[in-house]
Amino acid sequence: MIHEPFSPATATLAGFPLWILFVLIPLVGIGCFAWIMARRAAPLFKGAPDPRFDRIPERIVMVLKLWLAQWRQPRYFLAGVLHIVVFFGFLVLGARSTEMVVLGFVDGFRLPGFGGALGEAYDVAKDVASTLVLIAVVILAIRRAFFKPARYAVPERYGKDHTPEALFVLGMIGLLMLSESAFEGSLLAAQREAGHSVTAFTLAWAFQQMFAGVATSTLAAVNLVAYVVHDLTFFFFLCFLPFGKHFHVITSLFNVYFMRLQLGNVKPVVHGITDAQLDDLKSFGVKKFEDFTWKHMLDFYSCVDCGRCSDHCPANAVKRPLSPRFISIKARDYAFEHYPVFGKSPTGDAPNLIGGIYTEDEIWSCTTCGACEEECPVGIEYIDKMVDLRRGMVDEGMVPQSLQKPMSALEKRGNPWGKLEKKRAEWTAGVGEGIEVKSVEKGDTADTLYFVDSISSYDDRSQKIAQATARVLAKGGIDFAVIGKDEKDSGHDVRRFGEEMLFQTLKEQNTEAIKASEAKTIVVNDPHALNALRNDYKDVPPVQHVSEVVALLIEGGKLKLNPLADATRTYTFHDPCYLGRHNGTYDPPRTAIDAIPGMKRVEMTGNCRDRSFCCGGGGLMLFYEPDEEQRMGVVRVNQAKDAGADVIVTACPFCMTNIEDAIKVAGLEGKMEVIDLVELVDRQMQQ
Amino acid sequence: MEILVCVKRVPDSAENEISVAPNGADIKRDDLVYSVNEWDNYAVEEAIQIVERDGGKVTVISVGDSDAEEIVRREMAMGAEQGLLATDATFEGSDGLGIATILAAAAKKGSYDLILTGALADDGAAQVGGMIAALLDLPYASVVNKIETKDGKSLRIGREIEGGAQEINDIELPCVLSIQTGINEPRYVGIRGIRKVASVEIPVLDAAALGVTAGKVGADSANVKRVDYFVPVAGAGAEMLSGSNDELADKLVALLKAKGGIK
Repeated sequence: MIHEPFSPATATLAGFPLWILFVLIPLVGIGCFAWIMARRAAPLFKGAPDPRFDRIPERIVMVLKLWLAQWRQPRYFLAGVLHIVVFFGFLVLGARSTEMVVLGFVDGFRLPGFGGALGEAYDVAKDVASTLVLIAVVILAIRRAFFKPARYAVPERYGKDHTPEALFVLGMIGLLMLSESAFEGSLLAAQREAGHSVTAFTLAWAFQQMFAGVATSTLAAVNLVAYVVHDLTFFFFLCFLPFGKHFHVITSLFNVYFMRLQLGNVKPVVHGITDAQLDDLKSFGVKKFEDFTWKHMLDFYSCVDCGRCSDHCPANAVKRPLSPRFISIKARDYAFEHYPVFGKSPTGDAPNLIGGIYTEDEIWSCTTCGACEEECPVGIEYIDKMVDLRRGMVDEGMVPQSLQKPMSALEKRGNPWGKLEKKRAEWTAGVGEGIEVKSVEKGDTADTLYFVDSISSYDDRSQKIAQATARVLAKGGIDFAVIGKDEKDSGHDVRRFGEEMLFQTLKEQNTEAIKASEAKTIVVNDPHALNALRNDYKDVPPVQHVSEVVALLIEGGKLKLNPLADATRTYTFHDPCYLGRHNGTYDPPRTAIDAIPGMKRVEMTGNCRDRSFCCGGGGLMLFYEPDEEQRMGVVRVNQAKDAGADVIVTACPFCMTNIEDAIKVAGLEGKMEVIDLVELVDRQMQQ
Repeated sequence: MEILVCVKRVPDSAENEISVAPNGADIKRDDLVYSVNEWDNYAVEEAIQIVERDGGKVTVISVGDSDAEEIVRREMAMGAEQGLLATDATFEGSDGLGIATILAAAAKKGSYDLILTGALADDGAAQVGGMIAALLDLPYASVVNKIETKDGKSLRIGREIEGGAQEINDIELPCVLSIQTGINEPRYVGIRGIRKVASVEIPVLDAAALGVTAGKVGADSANVKRVDYFVPVAGAGAEMLSGSNDELADKLVALLKAKGGIK
């Protein structure tokens, strides 16, 4: 593009050459930005270690997927698509903005390589981009100001509404688009005779049309004003980003690059400290802000305030005092206050987070279902933070009385009910005639170990699931044994409730018992046990959930299923969090269900698979007495009802307990029923 | 304030299946797990909270064999600074008065402003606290569910009265209080906490150290002796109410009022 007849680099005001100003603006802007970023980075250097510099190819894939391809954005369709428009607009306009800045002091500057056809193609792209961004920004502003999607609301206890900030930023983006286009349009209008073309129906084109016939001197003034507005807005915007939710424009790339890659696991107490060294640690968990890892601090900076996490948080849905979005926002506010850009940090001892920005009940309210993390477009993690905060609370003795009893029982008896160890395998007596369940306790061995875990061993209702599991495995020709009295609780939720040392003890006892069994594979019916053995334990044989085993047996023709006796009922599958989201097993249970002749199965659309809604939580969550308006299970049962189902199939004994209770609470007894997948297969299998 | 808290190791009814031994004089003990008596745990928490507020020191003592050390250590992990274990072969089989005699002797060895016990124990008779007070000639209040420290000379305490009423008293220090559950929310003690105090020495006090003679403690001097132990035969079945939901509710309310459940 030719910058004649006028250019900001050659412009003067009352004889003063303006290029000096146009050099100063970026110098000051970049200087301020560098200072602000250095201040913002300060707490990260005080954070706990978090080695995330490995697995580079996988991290690049995540960046390409989540950041560049905006993978999770369209999960909320309108907002997502609009964001994608703005995001790609920014990417495209990055080059133009650089050019604009330099044009202030280099007459007719073009980026290297933009002199020919590439530059012309780029000009088309950037004119289209700025036009689309402006349209998107207008729609977003209207949406924000008038339609006010519920998930953006800020409950009173969390402070003021964030709409003004959002609108201010949208206004700035709009101003950037308009000023750039006015700059371009005024120039194009002046060059009209020279035959310079511009893509029709773009903003720049609109300005060119608007300015047609205007005197060149006026156009020069418009051009200069547009330039100054763009230059100032651009650097103001850059320096404004790190002061609020739009910090994500800068941090999201890094946040996604360093995001967690593994499913199901929990971070160690301190990275780099082995289990054997845990006793030497002076303090456990996160008690003060600086106890968070640097990546968790980066999470706080990166929160977009989009509310998607809380929109899918079951605790938030039933009005427990937890909203994951504000776990981030409150911590970010804390960081901004205690590590300010201007002025000194508050002096004195750093305050405790619990009792400061968080409450005990807030942190205990999380079921670790993982819905928030699944939804977050920039890869913020919450479960590890919850676990770390709980570790801190456990270390300080802050554990609700309702949880102290089961924890004590787990310590003494290896199960949360305090039942006798010697009765752990009593359920095997009820498996039925002709099936003798092998037991390591009695000296039996088998290739497959059935790890039963506490609830299926002791709870009356769940024992039926264990018995069905034994029958199905036997029918499938799998040679299996149970451990018996030496099996302890897997400790899955002991760990997630922050009692790391108790978890370590249970893990050691189980690892020893599993090794002594000489089994080559493990099968479980409880997804929590699956996750513990697969992702928390080391040195144990590979673990499969019984739904995976059953699907294979059916596909291999080893299990044949009878048609449904009652074909009038409609089934739906409830994905247990620790089978689905945390272990990626979505299809095997559906394969097994669909293999039943006459089966009519519906999905709880919008609330299935990785958007499954937690039943209320397993393990110790069964004992916790939350402050809530409704049970999660009731919400779930109503979702199933709305989907047109009257039978909920699940694959987890805790889901069974919660959903069975919820059916009663929802007043749907007799209309809705719940059955475990393995019970369904047991009922339908041909003898 | 110097506070002595007396704690007892008991089989927790929540984590055991309690059944009577064949000889009828005890429960079957071979498959039991033990913990600190729940009421005593509240007493220790209360003592720790007082010391956290006003300064001082919490000492925990238990009468028992060497197994009792684990619960003393647990209470130290909670925050008690000092642990004591009163152990002697002659202590075995003591009745309530015998236990109170041992604890009173231990209390005399220190200079405590306040002595706390649990209001009762899972397997106890709610008698030791009062007896310690009598033996030491100190004021005593039972079933205490609230303690306010005042000027260091007295305490303002709340007591739970039958039927849910609350009574407030001032009591002169030093004194003995028996603590009711619910007075606070005892903090959690995990394996990590116990390991931290695993190597702290717990002094053992025997009969000689305490200056108690065999004539006052032990099975032979016990004036209360258990002669039988059994599970009562189940009585008649539950009373079934009938009628509409409203009638049922009215009947239930009437019954609860009659039995003192509600007012």
